[in-house]
Amino acid sequence: MGGGRAAQDLHLSARSSTEGARVSRLTRLLESEKALAAALLAPGVAILVVFIAYPFVMALWYSLTSIRVGDAGHFVGLDNFAKAVDDTIFQQAFKNTVFYTFWATIFKLSLGMWLALLLNRHFRFKRVVRASMLLPFIIPTVLSAFAWRWMFDPTFSVMNWMLYHGGMITDRLPFLSSGDWAMWCAVLVNTWRGMPFFAITLLAGLQTISPDLHEAAALDGAGAWHRFWHVTWPLLLPVTLVVVVFSVIQTFSDFQLIYVLTGGGPANSTHLIATYAYQIGVASGLLGEGAALSLFMFPVLFAVVWVQLRYLKRMEAA
Amino acid sequence: MAQFKRRDFLKAGIAGILVSRQAPLFAQANTVHIVRWNDFVPAADKVLREVFAPEVQKALGIKLNVETINANDIPARATSAIQSGSGPDIFMLLNNYPHLYASAAVDVGAIADEVAKAQGGIYEASAALNRVGGKWVSIPWSVVPAMIAYRKSWFDEVGAKTFPKTWQEYHAVGKKLKANKHPIGQTLGNTFGDAPTFTYPLLWSYGGQEVAKGKVVLDSKETLDSVRFMVQFWNDAHDEGGLAWDDSNNNRAFLSGDISASLNGASIYVAALNGADKFKTEKGAPLHTDILHAPLPAGPKGAQAYHTAFNHMVMKYSKNAKAAIEFLRWAHKQENYEKWFVVQKGFAVGATRVWEKHAMWKNDPVMLPFRGGAAQQKRLMGFSGQPNQKAAEVWNKFIVTGMYAQACSGKVKPEDAVKWAAGELRKIYT
Repeated sequence: MGGGRAAQDLHLSARSSTEGARVSRLTRLLESEKALAAALLAPGVAILVVFIAYPFVMALWYSLTSIRVGDAGHFVGLDNFAKAVDDTIFQQAFKNTVFYTFWATIFKLSLGMWLALLLNRHFRFKRVVRASMLLPFIIPTVLSAFAWRWMFDPTFSVMNWMLYHGGMITDRLPFLSSGDWAMWCAVLVNTWRGMPFFAITLLAGLQTISPDLHEAAALDGAGAWHRFWHVTWPLLLPVTLVVVVFSVIQTFSDFQLIYVLTGGGPANSTHLIATYAYQIGVASGLLGEGAALSLFMFPVLFAVVWVQLRYLKRMEAA
Repeated sequence: MAQFKRRDFLKAGIAGILVSRQAPLFAQANTVHIVRWNDFVPAADKVLREVFAPEVQKALGIKLNVETINANDIPARATSAIQSGSGPDIFMLLNNYPHLYASAAVDVGAIADEVAKAQGGIYEASAALNRVGGKWVSIPWSVVPAMIAYRKSWFDEVGAKTFPKTWQEYHAVGKKLKANKHPIGQTLGNTFGDAPTFTYPLLWSYGGQEVAKGKVVLDSKETLDSVRFMVQFWNDAHDEGGLAWDDSNNNRAFLSGDISASLNGASIYVAALNGADKFKTEKGAPLHTDILHAPLPAGPKGAQAYHTAFNHMVMKYSKNAKAAIEFLRWAHKQENYEKWFVVQKGFAVGATRVWEKHAMWKNDPVMLPFRGGAAQQKRLMGFSGQPNQKAAEVWNKFIVTGMYAQACSGKVKPEDAVKWAAGELRKIYT
């Protein structure tokens, strides 16, 4: 009987020592920062690999082959890129993309800043106004672009109707039927849609600036413009740069708005790189050429992001 | 106890099927998913969903799943389906898209032969668009002939008692119409239907060609003449908004009384007919009573036309390819096809000769010009070469339409527009 209990104790102590070893291994593993970091990063890395890296590598590979829909094709080196450079529609699409991104970003930044400064003041229904300002950003782009398309419709434009009945025009304005007008219309719609993002982010930045600084500047005799230029703008610059980086990326690779609003017309005058790459790669089935066209966006965006982030880093160091 | 033989079992089974009027379970599991466009005649989509679907379920035990999307979006759906190896069992493809997706298609030659034999032969143009390397990669379902719908009273007002026979006459009449604030409406936008079905025949009617004996010959005097003519015609007679129109803008503009004429399928007339209470002339008469149809006028090298082809491709990746083929065989049978054909009222016609003789044509003389339209088509994209992948690339990049659109926009001289288009063609054909 006594011998039995001793054996049981021995058994229990052996089990607890094994469990202890196991627990300590697990604890050690969890306490190891490297292992924990790897475990926490793994889902993010997996998502990046599956949804970003894999499609990107595939696009790179496609761009070097003559792949067509339903035909794997063969390696053609840089032929697709050479064909794109030589393609006048692509040249126009590239210029359009730069124009569209440049002007839309300028307008979004200036109007967004203006709106943020206005919303930073105290007034009645401040919260309601701030929330409602986000509406253009919340509505799906396809829906809002359709609404704008109706407003710019060559025959039934409500804007033309109002201007005509208001006695301001005698003939319809060619909102979407003239290449230049159509491009400016696209810039306008993009600005309308993207401005709230600028305004709300800059507003958040404005609220981190201590009112004491403005008061001190005011006591020193600085006017509204000087207070903005010497106090607000330098302190807001890091946030502004980040917003501009995001906006440039989104605008340069824009697709939905142009696809719905103009379809790249009239006579290709509003085609962007993304819409033209889609037309060639997906609608015409020339997947290799489409991939090459879309990859032209990569070095441009990479350069923009690199320059801006480098500038930001230098400012932080200073 | 009586012995129950295998033959008895089969008899009982068949009797069961006949009594229950249901196909056996394994056949019921056959679902055929077909993707088509949102038909400009919505009643036709209704026939597919409300007549074809239950009838084919009863006849063959096939559950038909009809999905309709914007025609401009079909190539994107087909491309992603082919590349991923999964998607609808049947795609409706326009024009020469079967040439682009030939490698992803199941041979439907058997059905094509049956249909051709039973229905007086498939039109030459439809056959050329669906046969690749001697193989039927898809089967022609219908053709939507393009005719000019015009307002009879407004043409009468400017002295045109009959529709102009030549481009020059049409130009002269159009000038007067525009002066009366009734311009001609024509899309030159990046769109699949009304733009190329206008620009290609215009080019051909002046003697212009994309290629000849394997070489690009677009930059010819004939092409330049056609572009120069179009610029004048555009400025003098057209609604300038057409540069931004898609395939539906002209329908709306015509029905609202903003334009006097437009190249189109019969959908304008069919809509006016179905909405007789809604669409009226300025004098209050139903609009359809003031609409007539005419073919495109002739140029120096005669009159030409392009009618949009609608074809069905059974996809190789499909696990239900057999059922999909059976469905198409069933749908092409005259007694079944007729149910779809009659609601079209002539907007879409059959791709075989037998439908030219259908009694429906006696119902409405206004629709008669559409009856023989498809039969007369002799030229296709890529003329005088083949309607192959290269021709499809030119078509999809809207190069021929873009040539006219650039010149009509006034930003580019006709000579430069032709030079640009020929240059783009050479890059594709070399």
